[in-house]
Amino acid sequence: MRMIDANTMGTPAVTSGAVPAPALKAEARALDFFYGEVQALRKIDLPVWENRVTALIGPSGCGKSTFLRCFNRMHDIGEGRNRYHGEIVFHPDGVDILHRSVDPIEVRMRIGMVFQKPNPFPKSIFENVAYGLRVRGERSRSAIADRVEAALRDASLWDEVGDRLHDMAFNLSGGQQQRLCIARALATSPELLLFDEPTSALDPNATANIEDLINRLKEKVSILIVTHNMQQAARVSDYTAFMYLGELVEFGDTNVVFTNPKKRQTEDYITGRFG
Amino acid sequence: MTTETARIRRLVARGKRFDKVFVILGLMSLMVGVLTLAVLLAGLVHDGAARLDWDFFTRFPSRRAGNAGILSAIVGSTLVMLITALTAIPLGVAAGVYLEEYARRNWLTEIIEINVNNLAGVPSIIYGLLALGLFVYALDFGQSILSAGLTLALLILPVIIVATREAIRAIPSSIREGACALGATRWQMVRDHIIPYSTGGILTGVIIGLARAIGETAPIITIGALTFIAFLPDPPLGAEFPFVSFEWLKSPFTVMPIQMFNWMSRPQAAFQVNAAAAGVVLVVMTLVMNGAAIWLRMRYRKRIKW
Repeated sequence: MRMIDANTMGTPAVTSGAVPAPALKAEARALDFFYGEVQALRKIDLPVWENRVTALIGPSGCGKSTFLRCFNRMHDIGEGRNRYHGEIVFHPDGVDILHRSVDPIEVRMRIGMVFQKPNPFPKSIFENVAYGLRVRGERSRSAIADRVEAALRDASLWDEVGDRLHDMAFNLSGGQQQRLCIARALATSPELLLFDEPTSALDPNATANIEDLINRLKEKVSILIVTHNMQQAARVSDYTAFMYLGELVEFGDTNVVFTNPKKRQTEDYITGRFG
Repeated sequence: MTTETARIRRLVARGKRFDKVFVILGLMSLMVGVLTLAVLLAGLVHDGAARLDWDFFTRFPSRRAGNAGILSAIVGSTLVMLITALTAIPLGVAAGVYLEEYARRNWLTEIIEINVNNLAGVPSIIYGLLALGLFVYALDFGQSILSAGLTLALLILPVIIVATREAIRAIPSSIREGACALGATRWQMVRDHIIPYSTGGILTGVIIGLARAIGETAPIITIGALTFIAFLPDPPLGAEFPFVSFEWLKSPFTVMPIQMFNWMSRPQAAFQVNAAAAGVVLVVMTLVMNGAAIWLRMRYRKRIKW
């Protein structure tokens, strides 16, 4: 059961002014989230800008992954009475993707996700990337093949796997598997791509590859990334949101948040005093 | 050597004595089961070896033990298994998938789950009684291959449901999330992921179920299988239009364990030899099926490891 209260619209809490603001891709407005009776998110307002990378940072259990998963209604899967309260407005159409009239599947058609641990399907490399297209009813073999190649190139994996597309995805290395998962999400041309700590299971080399990739991908897609690694947030993101105990403490231009945070908690966290 | 070292060594040695004792006890317990079975099998082979030739497989039962064979019983068992598999697999897999993927967790599904597990423990003759009333009389399928196949399908349905659910539960949630995040509906997820990735486990359950069904005697006797069948059911393919015939479904039949039981209950020693030979064939059929289950499990486990 979800309760939406359209009257509690918040205003985007933008504290930055350094970079000329591009178009809004999505915005959370006064978002509360409950796992059953437990409130995990409190009154979160956050803009996600088009073709920019927005990073969510904060200590374990602060709700950053919970927040990310609201964007593709991942909480609707499975059991449990999870409730959203508030809105996430998706632009340019201005749909509230949390509204009960919106099917979660429709949301996931437009918003892709890459998970913490690479989770390729036990199928061939080709079939992994093609799967999103098949779900969307694409039948044309040549169209699928073209999209698969383009997605693998975008995920800078083509050079490594282009000649063995029909090998099992499980035979790839961890870093390659994660790039495959990125390609799988890209193949369906999502408007927003969610990354949930995408490098926490990878070695430094593979991590660097993924970070490069994220930097390049923002030309094509808006990105929201959860990371427990502050250096990573500083390296890849344009905007940073610091969350603590289910609340959004500070949001702003990444440079500003990291060099001149306004809140004491943010400063303590990024200087490593807690978290 | 210090006294401390010596003390500790004595301590370790004393502790290890129990290891040895347990190894011996454990081996003996194991042997009770394995050896008994081996002796039994060896006995069967010894008694029945004289009749295990080609003729034994290609002849109908006869009043003269030396001429009797198991042709009608093997054909009967095979056809009954075919019906059982064709009905139990789709029903069992569908029920398992529904319970795991679609059913909401509430008291109703809890009750259903408990009952599915209980059904696996219901004595098989009860299924025979149920089938006698339902298939033979109410639905008027008669004392036929169809009735027997459906009865055994009911009997192994719980086994297949449980195997399906366990195989599905082994699929990590990250795979579901991955498919979901791409916009897959539940049905697409089931069709493209859940069923393909659990096929190994499901097949294993199916074969173990069929191996149990092929040896079942009580429910088949209850619904009225005959013990002396000197003809084969109508062939399913004919030379004349419409080329396929389902008359065989209605045919009276016998199956391996009943044929064996029939021979065993005769006083003549020659029929005891026949019974032993039929026993060997039945055991080999079961072992081959179990072997196939193990092979399939290994094969799928090698292909998909999470």
